[in-house]
Amino acid sequence: MSDKNALVPSQEKGGALELGGDSQDFVTANIGKQLFGIPVLTVQDVLGPQRITRIPLSPPEVAGSLNLRGRIVTAIDVRKRLGLRDREDDDPGMSIVVDEGGELYSLMVDQVGEVLSVPKKAFEQNPATLDPRWREFSDGIFRLDKKLLVILDVTRLLDFTSSVKQAG
Amino acid sequence: MDDLLSEFLTETSESLSTLDVELVKLEQNPNDPDILSNIFRLVHTIKGTCGFLGLPRLEAVAHAGENVLGKIRDGELVVTAEAVTLVLESIDTIKYLLGELEQNEAEPDGNDAELIARLNHFADTGEIPGGAPAAEAAPAAAEEAADEEVPMTDDEKLQAAFDAAEYDPDFEVPDEPAAAAEPEPEPEAPAKPAAPPAAAKSQEVAPAKKPAEKAKAEPRGETKESSVAAQTIRVNVELLENLMTLVSELVLTRNQLLQMVRGKDDSEFTVPLQRLSHITTDLQEGVMKTRMQPIGNAWAKLPRIVRDLALEMNKKIDLQMIGADTELDRQVLELIKDPLTHMVRNSADHGLEDIPGRRDAGKPETGTVTLNAYHEGGHIIIEISDDGRGLNLDRIKAKAIANGLTTESELESMGDQQIQQFIFKPGFSTAEKVTSVSGRGVGMDVVRTNIEKIGGTVELKSVEGRGSTFIIKIPLTLAIVSALIVESGGERFAIPQISVLELVRASNNSEHSIERIHDTPVLRLRNRLLPLVTLKRILGLDNSDATDESLDEEAFIVVAQVGTYSFGIIVDRVFDTEEIVVKPVAPILRDLSLFSGNTILGDGSVIMILDPNGIATRTGEITVGGSQGVEGKAKQDASDRETTSMLVFRAGGNEVRAVPLALVARLEEIDVENIEHSNGRPLVQYRGKLMPLVFIDGSYQMKAEGRQPTLVFQDRERTMGLVVDEIVDIVDDVLNVELTADQDGLVGSAVIDGKATDLIDAGYYLELAFSDWFGNEESGGEKKRVLLIDDSPFFRNLLTPMLSVAGFNVTAVENAEQAMELKNRGNQFDAIISDIEMPGMNGFEFAEALQDDAEWGEIPIIALSSHTSEEDFERGRQVGFSDYVAKFDRDALVSTLIQTLSSM
Repeated sequence: MSDKNALVPSQEKGGALELGGDSQDFVTANIGKQLFGIPVLTVQDVLGPQRITRIPLSPPEVAGSLNLRGRIVTAIDVRKRLGLRDREDDDPGMSIVVDEGGELYSLMVDQVGEVLSVPKKAFEQNPATLDPRWREFSDGIFRLDKKLLVILDVTRLLDFTSSVKQAG
Repeated sequence: MDDLLSEFLTETSESLSTLDVELVKLEQNPNDPDILSNIFRLVHTIKGTCGFLGLPRLEAVAHAGENVLGKIRDGELVVTAEAVTLVLESIDTIKYLLGELEQNEAEPDGNDAELIARLNHFADTGEIPGGAPAAEAAPAAAEEAADEEVPMTDDEKLQAAFDAAEYDPDFEVPDEPAAAAEPEPEPEAPAKPAAPPAAAKSQEVAPAKKPAEKAKAEPRGETKESSVAAQTIRVNVELLENLMTLVSELVLTRNQLLQMVRGKDDSEFTVPLQRLSHITTDLQEGVMKTRMQPIGNAWAKLPRIVRDLALEMNKKIDLQMIGADTELDRQVLELIKDPLTHMVRNSADHGLEDIPGRRDAGKPETGTVTLNAYHEGGHIIIEISDDGRGLNLDRIKAKAIANGLTTESELESMGDQQIQQFIFKPGFSTAEKVTSVSGRGVGMDVVRTNIEKIGGTVELKSVEGRGSTFIIKIPLTLAIVSALIVESGGERFAIPQISVLELVRASNNSEHSIERIHDTPVLRLRNRLLPLVTLKRILGLDNSDATDESLDEEAFIVVAQVGTYSFGIIVDRVFDTEEIVVKPVAPILRDLSLFSGNTILGDGSVIMILDPNGIATRTGEITVGGSQGVEGKAKQDASDRETTSMLVFRAGGNEVRAVPLALVARLEEIDVENIEHSNGRPLVQYRGKLMPLVFIDGSYQMKAEGRQPTLVFQDRERTMGLVVDEIVDIVDDVLNVELTADQDGLVGSAVIDGKATDLIDAGYYLELAFSDWFGNEESGGEKKRVLLIDDSPFFRNLLTPMLSVAGFNVTAVENAEQAMELKNRGNQFDAIISDIEMPGMNGFEFAEALQDDAEWGEIPIIALSSHTSEEDFERGRQVGFSDYVAKFDRDALVSTLIQTLSSM
């Protein structure tokens, strides 16, 4: 909670008119101890635990598919995608549904936080030493008080062909 | 009314409304090529359709209009208000004619010479003849109308209108009495909006014709709201799609409610819920129905088109339509309609020869164009085939080079199939002359583009001289299918019902039990051996290390069919069938060939749809993916359907074995006492000679005494005896070798007389006997080299050793293409034995190809076929076969071969 409190001032600043064009809004999510951000406009929905149908033979990062109000959504295990280990507790986690090229994907994360408005001047490029896998999926970093917000590049996160090529 | 006509009217009135709008747009943006080409296309379509329907008057007007538009499009004429007015006038005339057509189902008498003259004049000179009365556009009709029409009062007019309904073509009475009456009170009223400015002009020039003008202008303007057009409405498919989604949601909610109320016997909700349930079901069905249409709708126009074409081209054409009730998503149907029409036209026009041509080719005068539609493995397949002249490869090659699509050297390395693909390139037409129907070089590329747009494929198979077949494969992505829900490895899957033949419950105690050949599970099912695949295993859901033994206790088998190949899928549980809407899977999952899509079930869960085609390919006994595989299999099946006499016997153990009776010379019983040994090998004196005896395998034990049944195989001067335990029976059955065994001496297994039977390889035993006893005899002289081409492994296995034994050096290949490869590599042979029915290049074509060949042209070719009709014989001789031998006729083959070789 402390991080959220720390962010309140920046949100207030973001709300101020003169700074309106200088900040960006992100839906935040926790995976492990890391805070991630997804541009708010790409997000369709935030879901609690869902019944997911496994898809045999699919890439391991694909957790399965689920029904979101009559539309079929492909669930992506972001932990696996980032090369993290599975969670040890059996907290079912939450999902952020994004639209990518007309298809819906549900990004499975540990916890979905609030929507943050962060000042653009807090933006940093990916550090050159970042894990290449992370570097591929990260659009950059925002320096927040006490925390760093990694911005997920949803398009690349969902582009399985390029990572296959990389692997090969 | 004729369906064709009514559809034409509906379509054309739609086109016309679009035209009005577009023309006005054009006037505002005279330089917009998009609008112009759209207008041109619409008018062109109308003209084209009129031609087919035999509406000369309409066609003439449309044609003249098109001319003007064409000139404008080519930049020869400038768009001016006058030009647009003139074109609009021709459109109005078309509307008027359509109105007539709708009421009388025939064009009215008279002609539009004056209008056409003005249109042509404009097209030629770019000048508008000033002030010509529009009323004369249809002088005959106008005058006729003028005779009848005198100014009347409203009531009189109304009455007259009703009276006139029967005979007066100028009134659109039953629907719009008020509309018809309305303009009349003021005969001098200014021109109605529907009448173009030209009409207004005509009032000054020819006032006497005013009433007629009125009467004529009226129906023109109103025709498009006419009865036929009003019966149907067009709805955006997206709207239906949304509706479908909503209904699915409704069904889910209903199901949830039902679940909640279930178990509460006297809930007050029961009755209303039941009602809700019924309505929901009806609604669901209704919405689904809105999207589905039988493909016959798209075919309705074809008989007429083909008939007219036949008359025009002086051909006799029989159009066969099979599977017209195959249902297709409306959207898909719309999109394939034009390509289909085009392809049928092509087949009839280019594909079929004219009557003398067919007579010369030795074919019946009447050519056949066959349309066949069916569901297969989650796809809709539409085949368009003709028995005409096929594609002319040489001409395609020449054209491809002329068009700069390829080079001669590239062509060299291409297969026929590849070369044929050129016809799908833009601007490619090999028709020597352009006819009114086809040959303009727009066509197959458009066809292909249209089909690929909906995710389909077009395949082409053509044999020169025998006809062409186009196979359109459209995925069910948009269609609704009934699917069987099964469970495997804890997950549920849907299998399209269309590819499910039946369900079998197998257990050790029932009549069906899973048997095993090595580790391959198989099932005996009504005289057939069915290969099985375990779904869990191919889906990688089999986490346990347990062997398949557990399965044998009880298993559910879904018998699926892909093409002509059927196989069983072992699943854990079988649920119900459900109607599902196939939705494509997310792009990241597209390369999973085992799934054709996914869907949401009634209970709200997402479920993957299995693609039996993919499963068959994956488990791969045969390659089902390529059309050739399917075709080859089908052909093989066709020839396999002929029964073969099989000798069934037992030797060493309880399993039954069989050998084609034709290969067995005699059955003998040999007294064990007479068996002598030479060099450790058993032999008997038989008909004054020594006959070697062979056993089914090394461990076989002969009887100690008594008589031992023996199958005698004879090969020219040599005989060989195969010692067996018991001759069981002689059975006439379809010889269908289902599983090929790797074991020496076995060709494979087949179901014969209801039992799984090992088919022994007689050639192997012959070789066994002769290589030991006589084999070296031949090695001194030079062996003749024989190339054997047969697609059936059974015959290859049978004939290769047999011919080797007969003293030939045999090279066996699967197909003509492989043989060609050998040729290209410079191999030489003394004789070629070729099967006739083969996938890809067949025997006739092969022989034809060799006829003029520098290297192989002189080699005698012996045809090997199960069909030996007089006709085949003749054809065979024509293409250069030296002789024709029936399959199974071993002796004839060998003697023919010897004869042929010695006569050289």
